[in-house]
Amino acid sequence: MAVTGVFMSAVADTHSQEHHHGPAKGISRWLLTTNHKDIGSMYLIFSFAMFLLGGSMAMVIRAELFQPGLQIVQPEFFNQMTTMHGLIMVFGAVMPAFVGLANWMLPLMIGAPDMALPRMNNWSFWLLPCAFLILVSTLFMEGGAPNFGWTFYAPLSTTYGPPSTTFFIFAIHIMGVSSIMGAINIIATIMNLRAPGMTLMKMPLFVWTWLITAFLLIAVMPVLAGAVTMMLMDINFGTSFFDASGGGDPVLFQHVFWFFGHPEVYIMILPAFGAISHIVSAFSRKPLFGYASMVYAVGAIALLSFIVWAHHMFTVGVPLAGQLFFMYATMLIAVPTGVKVFNWVTTMFRGSLTFEAPMLFAVAFIILFSIGGFSGLMLAIAPADFQYHDTYFVVAHFHYVLVPGAIFGIFASAYFWLPKWTGHMYDETLAKTHFWLSFIGMNLAFFPMHFLGLAGMPRRIPDYALQFADFNMVSSIGAFMFGATQLLFLFIVVKCARGGEKAPAKPWDGAEGLEWTLPSPAPYHTFTTPPDIK
Amino acid sequence: MADANSDTSPTPRRSNRRVIAWCMTGVVGMFAFGFALVPLYDVFCEITGINGKTGGRYEASSTGQVDADRTVTVQFLASNGPGMSWEFRPVTRSIKVHPGEPVTVNFFAQNPGDTPMVGQAVPSLSPSEGTPYFHKTECFCFNQQPLEAGESTEMPLVFIVDPELPEYITKLTLSYTLYDQSQHIEVSGPVGAGASTNKNG
Amino acid sequence: MRAYAKRATALAAGLSSSSVVMADWTMNMTPGVTGISNQIFSLHMTILWICVVIGVVVFGVMFWSIFAHRKSRGHKAANFHEHTVIEVIWTIIPFAILVAMAIPATATLIEMYDTTESDVDIKVTGYQWRWQYEYINEDFGYFSSLSTPRAQIENRQAKGENYLLEVDNPLVIPVGKKVRFLLTANDVIHSWWVPDFGVKKDAIPGFINETWTRVDKPGTYRGQCTELCGKDHGFMPVVVEAVPEEEYNAWVASQREAAEKERQLTQKDWTLDELMVRGEKAYQTACASCHQPDGTGMPPAFPALKGSPIATSDMAAHIDIVVNGKSGTAMQAFGGQLSEVDLAAVITYERNAWGNNTGEMVTPKEIFDYKNQGSQ
Repeated sequence: MAVTGVFMSAVADTHSQEHHHGPAKGISRWLLTTNHKDIGSMYLIFSFAMFLLGGSMAMVIRAELFQPGLQIVQPEFFNQMTTMHGLIMVFGAVMPAFVGLANWMLPLMIGAPDMALPRMNNWSFWLLPCAFLILVSTLFMEGGAPNFGWTFYAPLSTTYGPPSTTFFIFAIHIMGVSSIMGAINIIATIMNLRAPGMTLMKMPLFVWTWLITAFLLIAVMPVLAGAVTMMLMDINFGTSFFDASGGGDPVLFQHVFWFFGHPEVYIMILPAFGAISHIVSAFSRKPLFGYASMVYAVGAIALLSFIVWAHHMFTVGVPLAGQLFFMYATMLIAVPTGVKVFNWVTTMFRGSLTFEAPMLFAVAFIILFSIGGFSGLMLAIAPADFQYHDTYFVVAHFHYVLVPGAIFGIFASAYFWLPKWTGHMYDETLAKTHFWLSFIGMNLAFFPMHFLGLAGMPRRIPDYALQFADFNMVSSIGAFMFGATQLLFLFIVVKCARGGEKAPAKPWDGAEGLEWTLPSPAPYHTFTTPPDIK
Repeated sequence: MADANSDTSPTPRRSNRRVIAWCMTGVVGMFAFGFALVPLYDVFCEITGINGKTGGRYEASSTGQVDADRTVTVQFLASNGPGMSWEFRPVTRSIKVHPGEPVTVNFFAQNPGDTPMVGQAVPSLSPSEGTPYFHKTECFCFNQQPLEAGESTEMPLVFIVDPELPEYITKLTLSYTLYDQSQHIEVSGPVGAGASTNKNG
Repeated sequence: MRAYAKRATALAAGLSSSSVVMADWTMNMTPGVTGISNQIFSLHMTILWICVVIGVVVFGVMFWSIFAHRKSRGHKAANFHEHTVIEVIWTIIPFAILVAMAIPATATLIEMYDTTESDVDIKVTGYQWRWQYEYINEDFGYFSSLSTPRAQIENRQAKGENYLLEVDNPLVIPVGKKVRFLLTANDVIHSWWVPDFGVKKDAIPGFINETWTRVDKPGTYRGQCTELCGKDHGFMPVVVEAVPEEEYNAWVASQREAAEKERQLTQKDWTLDELMVRGEKAYQTACASCHQPDGTGMPPAFPALKGSPIATSDMAAHIDIVVNGKSGTAMQAFGGQLSEVDLAAVITYERNAWGNNTGEMVTPKEIFDYKNQGSQ
């Protein structure tokens, strides 16, 4: 909370006098706030805290995998680490970070005074710390934390789950409620609070991608809630949805889970697509190429995400016709995704490029996310997937999509909008250092995982055969480097919030959008009268 | 403050209500859909056979013509679920049948323990594409099987392979997994799964 | 102190030996030894090269922009922002590439699903944490567990060449024959994978899955379980020996004979010491992963046996829990998994090891009678 104070002090102290009412003082400001900027900041800080927590678990995993043999942790605890790392990163770090960005930026981008449902906004944030308190507390329970992977396949998570599984289910429910409330709020804000004249096809892309993401959230979070409720009933009330002995089907769990799970991975990437579009355009000093096709591509990706789920299940014995359908549908996703990448590259083409930290992260995003997309295309080829499935190739694939995709997208957005949030420019040299160390560390950590997977190393194992030793060591070194570098990001942000070169209203000369018409830092209340849209 | 904001906002407050109402409809609908997936999946599986769960009692006594020119091998497997101590095996390991003819085979089960137990066999067929063409007119798997301590029994299965079975399938493997239901007799399943317990026989 | 030094030496030896073997920087998939694995390999290489070419073109344009269109080089931004023809073209071209890719992929997939006309049928059952192989036409079967000693895993001993990829009883298949695998699992979902065969299929409790392979080159092929199945997921390898047909037939005959011999061993008079020796071995493969090699267990899921009432008081209850398992817990029924001799040996071992010095023993004959009591 100390950081929160520092973070927001610039906004509060400098500008509260200019308005009718500023923020309340002390702890009640944060507990009771309905201000979208306060809530946005809290989301961002919470997600960064979770990023460090989930990251430290990744460090435990990589430390154990540094060498063959069991050195640091036992397999039982190792499985808890992989599970908690996945859950915390997905539900605690990436999703709240995007909601935080949405809270801060959507009202500023569409010329709204606040989110449409401010009190619900406060609720949806404060549910999150409660959910994660429960989730993290399972580590200290008898029998340990959930140890069945973030995909919690039945019956490993039901009949064979640790006693803490019920708490895990409860935590997932609360997170789900929080996400759904956040999504409703975002839809209501975008639908109802756009400044007059801002038609749908004039909306900034970040607004568009978040609108589609919010619909995805509403469509799939309840399905996840349904899946964990069925688990809860199987564990505690003697039903057998997923238990073969009672006439259930463990494979049904996978169908339900991935019906949620595949759209979920787009939930974690679409908002980044939007933010990156703004950043690439700003630092190319050139309008975004193919705005309309970008919108359609995101829509197409979102729709396709509902009919590809079984590509996570090629080896469970889906019949041939099903395999073929899901293979073709999955390959099809490459088309709209390709369109987006081509558009970004064409936006850069014949621009006037500069490479400040947001642009560095954005360029790395495009390249590395594409690599993740390529390996995704390889995984879509069902026969080949029989070799890739559940190996480190898959681990490499989704980390290439999520680290340079979601995480770099968030870093790029943070650097891009930090001057607007704090009123100060961040330290460019340090930020570039942060970028290069992250870039090198990330590639060092995750690129060798492709080789490990192709050479035959299964995922989620605490110990491995000797032929995998070299690349694992390289990967661990990269991971430690990437992990340590993130403390630098914390330092940069704190430094920026506490002071530094004063930021002008529009610190990036190529940037477009309503948020740059406001002074930096953005006043506590903005657009109380809606702006005019040309 | 919310009120102050919505007063100055360009759109009237009730449209928020409408968005919330629509979204909540979506949320409730999707939550229900999650549960609906259970029976939907069962129906889907019954039609396509994708999970290899063979259907319930087949009422017709024959499927018409016996295709004497074609021979299909039916192979039987038996496994025990976790904690199940019965000896459980097919009496006939595999049999060649003509599609359309009713065939009877037996499975042997024995409870070697010193307490009475109740077993329930769960069937699974491979390749799963053959599932809709495998009809059981009589099967021990339709019911739970109690056995006294030390008691043994031969359990009958009468089936017909449908003449419509796709040409490329020449061998069907029917696997039974026997589960200990001694503690679960009183507990009934959920609506969806419960229904399938009866059907999956 | 001396023990500590010894351990350090062993650890150093372990590290240095692994660095000798470590000259392995394999970066790509292996083509494998079956038709399917070769087809998969060529699909993999094709799609990889397609990705590389697309990547080079797209990032080539990007790097050209980064190099030539920088503000620092005085480049002025153009102002175009859409071009319908180009946008349509770059939607159609990837689509065409995908269609071209889908054709061979479909052909391979259809072949992978063709399990007809097999010569040998083997049932593969996944257990926490080992595999059971049953030759269903030959009437014998056995369990296959990790044989790497705990000491290697815990770095007290130098790691062997096939560290974590070695088992006590490998699966044996004949070369040149179509072998069909029928997969299921006892407890949780496992997945049976041999990379060199291009075969991976989930083993699901209560359900049966099938897949097949035809290996033309004799050899030993190694794989692992690839579906998270709990604590020892990383410690249940798959080892397959493909041998010439005559050798295979001889092996099948010897297996049948061994099964018969095992039945005779049941009748033999065993001494406590003999049972302890055999029991320790059986305990390490069947029990130690949960109850730990020193019998201290991992409560609450895996209770300790050292000093426990089960292992020190009522013998009948001890036999019952080992043979019949305990419903609702991870304790399986070992009655069908271990032979009478191993059951007797394990129970005897548990009653006399780690200070459980009851001095009691149970013979294979008694176990046999226990399992068949009441039967006609």
